[in-house]
Amino acid sequence: MNKNIVLCGVGGQGTVLASKLISGAAMNRGIPVKSAETIGMAQRGGSVFSHLRLGDNVDCPMIAKGAADIIIGFEPGEAVRMLPYLKRGGQVIVSSKPVMPVTAALAGSNYNGSEMLDYIKAKVDNVIVIDTPKACSDLGSTKVLNLLLLGAAVESGALGLCSEDIRQVIVSRIPSRFHELNFRALEYAKNVIDKGV
Amino acid sequence: MGQEFLMGNEAIAMGAIAAGVNLVAGYPGTPSTEVLETVAKRRPDNTYVEWSINEKVAMEVGAGAAYTGARVMVTMKQVGLNVATDPLMSLEYIGVKGGMVILVADDPGPISSQTEQDTRHFSRFSKLPCFDPSTVQEAYEMVQEAFEYSEKYRTPVFFRSTTRVSHGYAVVDLKEPNDYHVNSIEGFVKDTKRWVIFPKLSYQAHMDIEKRNKELAGVFSAYSRNYILNDDSKFPAKGIATGGFSFTYACEALRELGSVKLLKVSTPHPFPEELAVKFLAGLDEVLCIEELDPVIERELIYICGKYQLPVKIYGKMSGHVHTAGENSIDSVKGNIASFLGLTITDSAAVAGNELAEMPVLPVRPPVLCAGCPHRASFYAVKQAMKGKKTIFCGDIGCYTMGNAMPLDMVDTCLCMGAGLGIAQGVRHMEPDTACFAFVGDSTFFAAAIPGVINAVYNQANMTLVVLDNSTTAMTGHQPHPGTGQTMMGDVVDKVSIEGILKGIGLKFVETVDPLQYDKAVSTVTRAAEQPGVKAIIFKSPCIAIVKSDKCLSVNQDKCINCRKCIREIGCPALIIRDDRVVIDDSLCTGCGLCSQICPALAIGGEDNE
Repeated sequence: MNKNIVLCGVGGQGTVLASKLISGAAMNRGIPVKSAETIGMAQRGGSVFSHLRLGDNVDCPMIAKGAADIIIGFEPGEAVRMLPYLKRGGQVIVSSKPVMPVTAALAGSNYNGSEMLDYIKAKVDNVIVIDTPKACSDLGSTKVLNLLLLGAAVESGALGLCSEDIRQVIVSRIPSRFHELNFRALEYAKNVIDKGV
Repeated sequence: MGQEFLMGNEAIAMGAIAAGVNLVAGYPGTPSTEVLETVAKRRPDNTYVEWSINEKVAMEVGAGAAYTGARVMVTMKQVGLNVATDPLMSLEYIGVKGGMVILVADDPGPISSQTEQDTRHFSRFSKLPCFDPSTVQEAYEMVQEAFEYSEKYRTPVFFRSTTRVSHGYAVVDLKEPNDYHVNSIEGFVKDTKRWVIFPKLSYQAHMDIEKRNKELAGVFSAYSRNYILNDDSKFPAKGIATGGFSFTYACEALRELGSVKLLKVSTPHPFPEELAVKFLAGLDEVLCIEELDPVIERELIYICGKYQLPVKIYGKMSGHVHTAGENSIDSVKGNIASFLGLTITDSAAVAGNELAEMPVLPVRPPVLCAGCPHRASFYAVKQAMKGKKTIFCGDIGCYTMGNAMPLDMVDTCLCMGAGLGIAQGVRHMEPDTACFAFVGDSTFFAAAIPGVINAVYNQANMTLVVLDNSTTAMTGHQPHPGTGQTMMGDVVDKVSIEGILKGIGLKFVETVDPLQYDKAVSTVTRAAEQPGVKAIIFKSPCIAIVKSDKCLSVNQDKCINCRKCIREIGCPALIIRDDRVVIDDSLCTGCGLCSQICPALAIGGEDNE
């Protein structure tokens, strides 16, 4: 199995943890993993990404344009920024919640992410939008963005990993007090997709 | 043999541990920092690790240890190497007894740096051998070999990484601890003819070094990490020469474009000359794929001249490859495709011509975090000095981002500690300008103290503003002399910045919490009125270290929607929703700066209804 996965968002949103969980799950299945991510200045509110490459015969941890099987967007605008990486027939999972940059607030912009979501839906066939404000409110926590998106990615089938793979890696990598909440987030994402929202 | 999913820097650290490293010293700097941190975390009991106060001191600590026969690693980013150059250039003539690997992480792009300098060039300048790994696994193995060569040839060696190697991750095959090299340390043996640099010694050493490097060019031609691939190329007259991370881009490109004869250079200096001659034999044209400077390209041109080989060498100098910034799979694929006369098929979901329809994307320059005390410090100085002729000299750290609008409080930034000297120079030529230098706590210890002494001695008139957030924030929160913690886990006496400044002789040294807005402004006003060299220490911890559970909100009944808060301080937690200012509760730390400047007193805590 070869999968190219792009995670993207704004510094501080938790893309790195999601990337670690996917790599951990792949490793548990004996699948080779290479990855690359943004570290440094851009982590301070800048655009950040993780590239993950699962499978054999991979030389470089970076993904070429038009080669990603899936983009997991933690922010609508950032998902659009990474769209050139998506291959034909690829999957997009995206959070509906915009993160307004200071530059936009200063300019008096009403950036709310909706035109970004419209653009993705117009250009890509396989799109799952997660209404994260609603999901976080239903789950009673703002800390589940990454598990919601990861759960949706698993359910879409585009990761090539199953929900049990992610549950196992949560148990081994995340402090036990967060397990129940994270499992609920995975389950929530599954229900959203089962309902075909 | 075990396996772990490791970052390149972690793999380099594990490689050094497997090589029996006895001492590691360095100064934090992206993208090098995790090497030393990982050694500190994973080290055997007999390994000593320290964050030195700067790279020069780290190099000297490393030299001393290597004189005893210890295996040593010194870590830094590429601009840190500039700081360490003085001891390094002499150390090359003296040499070492124990293996000494100088880990320098270069930053093509640059992504988190001031320069795009190339340590491969530096290695040529300093005459030191240089190892340049391409992958995480190779970095793990190669660093162990670098120790062997260093010890064998009694010279420090460079281990040059770049951002994508250092910060890439891969599953790495690791040695079992039983197979680690164990280094026995002989101890320092007095010998003034060996350890004391004098012109006569340097002359002799210079001849020895040149002889050794000639020998190494041959030795490296047989080194297994320099090699030729794809002798059965579909393009018999063409070749690609590459090294470092670009090797992986080239391999990915060739998977798609077809096999081409390829030279992988893992020791850019001394260059594996015999191997290169073998590679060039029978070729008409070679494309060099490398990041930063055209090091391989120059070497091949030199070799073609020396051996009179009729091969055209293309790369950055010939204009076939872009001269600055990072490579990518796509740029390299494009370079190689046009070199081979091929076209690339587009497999993207959104074809290139459709991308033009993309909506305007939010621009996200890096900014000070919500609640960052530096924002309050800059704002206090800005308000205190409003309407006066000023220059605000910035420095290296998170607070460089004080340049962003709307703060706009960094007029200059050059290198670690430079703001102090620049402020003095401006003032000598423009006596009517109030000159400020901003420096963080870690940078203060690393590079600013000589500048303060210079200012006092030479009767400068300036205000030093120390932004003390009790950590080295930008590189990921390393301890420093002011924190009272060491990388060996010891709690030690804190070195006092205020004490140092008073010891130097400053009469005006005041420490104030920048989040107490009125007090902060009045302190700046008083400092600016004093003659001579004054210092303000704005002390408030980094919000990433001291986590806050406070959060403010905007009382929409009181808010007059003037947006002064957004316009003046630009905190990322202040956003506009449905044309009203609201506070993003996932970002706000409750620092209270906005509430202190709100003219309608509309911002407050839980009781703000």
